[in-house]
Amino acid sequence: MSTFVLLTITGLGLGAMYFLVASGLSLIYGLMGVLNFAHGAFITFGAYAAWWLSTKVSGSFEVQLLVGAAFGLLVGAALAALVELVFIRPLYRRPVEQVLVTVGLALSLGALVYGIWGADAKFFPVPDWMLDTTTILGANIPNDRFVEIAVAIVVLLGLVGLLRFTRVGLVIRAGVENRAMVTALGIDVRKAFTLVFALGGSLAALAGVLSGVYYGTIDPARGTSLLIFAFIVVVIGGFGSIGGSAVAAVAVGLVQQYANFYVADWLDWSGAGDVAVMLLLASVLLLRPEGLAPKVAH
Amino acid sequence: MSTEIALEVTDLHVRIGESHVLQGISLSVVKGRVTALLGRNGVGKTTTLRALLGLVPRSRGQVILDGVDVTRAPTHAIVRRGIGYVPEDRDVFAGLTVEENLRLAERAGTGRYDLVYQLFPELRERGRQRAGTLSGGQQQMLAIARALLNDNRLLLVDEPTKGLAPLLVSEVAAALERASELATVVLVEQNLGVVQRVAEDVVVLDGGRVVHAGPAQKLFADPARVRQLLGVHGASRDGAA
Repeated sequence: MSTFVLLTITGLGLGAMYFLVASGLSLIYGLMGVLNFAHGAFITFGAYAAWWLSTKVSGSFEVQLLVGAAFGLLVGAALAALVELVFIRPLYRRPVEQVLVTVGLALSLGALVYGIWGADAKFFPVPDWMLDTTTILGANIPNDRFVEIAVAIVVLLGLVGLLRFTRVGLVIRAGVENRAMVTALGIDVRKAFTLVFALGGSLAALAGVLSGVYYGTIDPARGTSLLIFAFIVVVIGGFGSIGGSAVAAVAVGLVQQYANFYVADWLDWSGAGDVAVMLLLASVLLLRPEGLAPKVAH
Repeated sequence: MSTEIALEVTDLHVRIGESHVLQGISLSVVKGRVTALLGRNGVGKTTTLRALLGLVPRSRGQVILDGVDVTRAPTHAIVRRGIGYVPEDRDVFAGLTVEENLRLAERAGTGRYDLVYQLFPELRERGRQRAGTLSGGQQQMLAIARALLNDNRLLLVDEPTKGLAPLLVSEVAAALERASELATVVLVEQNLGVVQRVAEDVVVLDGGRVVHAGPAQKLFADPARVRQLLGVHGASRDGAA
C-alpha cells in the first residue's frame, strides 16, 4: 500500500510538471495553430536563469529559490514573446516553415545553453524542508511533490479564471475556435498571440524550475525530455483544452510511475514507463483521435 | 436621395490557389442603401465580402471605405472603421454562451443590447446557453445581432436566410429592414424574395466579374433579364420565397 501511495503522489508531481508545459503548448497550438518545438528551450532557459540568479543571491535556499524562480519565469516569458514576435509572427500563414523555424530554434537555443553553462548538471537550490518527507499511509513522500502538485493546481485555477472571467480569456477561447472570425469582429488577435506565447513561456520556465526541485539538478537536456511527454499530454488532452491537458497530465504521470515500478519489477525492464505512456497515447488516438476535450479552450 | 459613396471597390482581384476567383471587381455602394450582391453559386460573392475585410489576400485592387483607402489595412483595423460582418456559415463561437458571443463582439463598451434584444428577444432568454446548442435560426439571429451590436456604418451580410424555415426567413428579412435604417448594407442573398423586399441596388457577378449594376426595382421589372443574369425567375415579394 505504501508503495502505491508513494507512486501515486510521485506520479501526480510528475504530472504537475507535464501539465505546466502542456498547458502553454496546448493554448499556443489551439489559438495559433503553431506546433512549437522551441517550447523545450523555454523550460531549459527558465531553469538555468533561475539557477544562475540563485547562485548570485545570498540568503536561505528558500530566498534563492523564490528569487531565482521569479527571474526564471520572467526570462521564459520574455524569450517566448521574442520568439513569437521575431520568428513566428512573419510565418503565420506558413505552417511548414513555422515547424522548421521552431525546430531550428530548439536546436540552436539548446546549443546555446551547452555553450554558456556546459553539459554538466547543476545542483539546484532546494530548501531542506522540501527534501524531508511526510508519511502518508505508511509511505514517506518527499515534500517537494506536494509543492509541485500545489503549484500546478494554482496554475490550473488561474488559467481557468483567466479564460472564464477576463476579456483576454474570452478572446483566447473564441480564437481557439475560429481565429479569422475573431479578427472579423475587429479584435487584434495578434496581441492575444503574443500574450499566450509569453504565458506559455513562463509556465514552461516554471516547469523547468520545479523539475530542478524534483530532480535536485538541471541539465541542458531537461527541456527536451519534458517536452516529449508534454506533447503526448497535449495530444491526449485535446489541442486547446486546459482541462483536457490537466486530466491527461495526471494520467500520463501516473501511468508512467506505475509502469516504471510494477511492470519493470515484473519483467525486469527499465523502459516500461515510457512504453506504457506510448500505449496510452496509441489507445487514445485509436479510440478518440481528437483527444479528451477537442479544440475548445476551457 | 443621398449619392454619397460608402464603399468603393476598384479592380479587385483575388487568387485562391490556382483559381482566379475575382477578376477585377469594381463597384460602388451608396451610403444608407441596401446593395444586393447577386449571382449563381461560385461566382465570387462570398469571396468579395471576405476580400473587402482582408480575410482572403487580395492580389490587386483598391478598397475605399468612407473615403479612406483600407486596401492594405489588417482585418481588425478595417472592421474597427465601422463594419459589421455576418458570415455565410454564421460562425458563432459554439463553445461560448450567447452572452459571451455578444460581449466578444462589443467594441468600446457601447453595445446596443436593447436594440438586438428587441429584434431577437430569444437571445436574451438564451443568454447563458452555449451558442453551439442553438438551432440554425437562432445562430443566425446571434450572428446578425453581433453585427448590429455596435454602431457600424456598413454591414456585410452573407446569405442570412440560407437553410432557414420560411417563418424565420421572414424574421431575418425584417431584421435586415431594421438594419438598413441604421447602416449601409451589402447583402449576398440567394432568396430573391428577400432581395426584392430589402435591396435598393443590385450588383450581379458572373465568373468573378461584375456583369450588371443598377437599381433593384429596374432589374426585377424585367424577368427576362433576371433569368439571363441569374438563371431563375424573379420571386414573390413576401421575403420567404
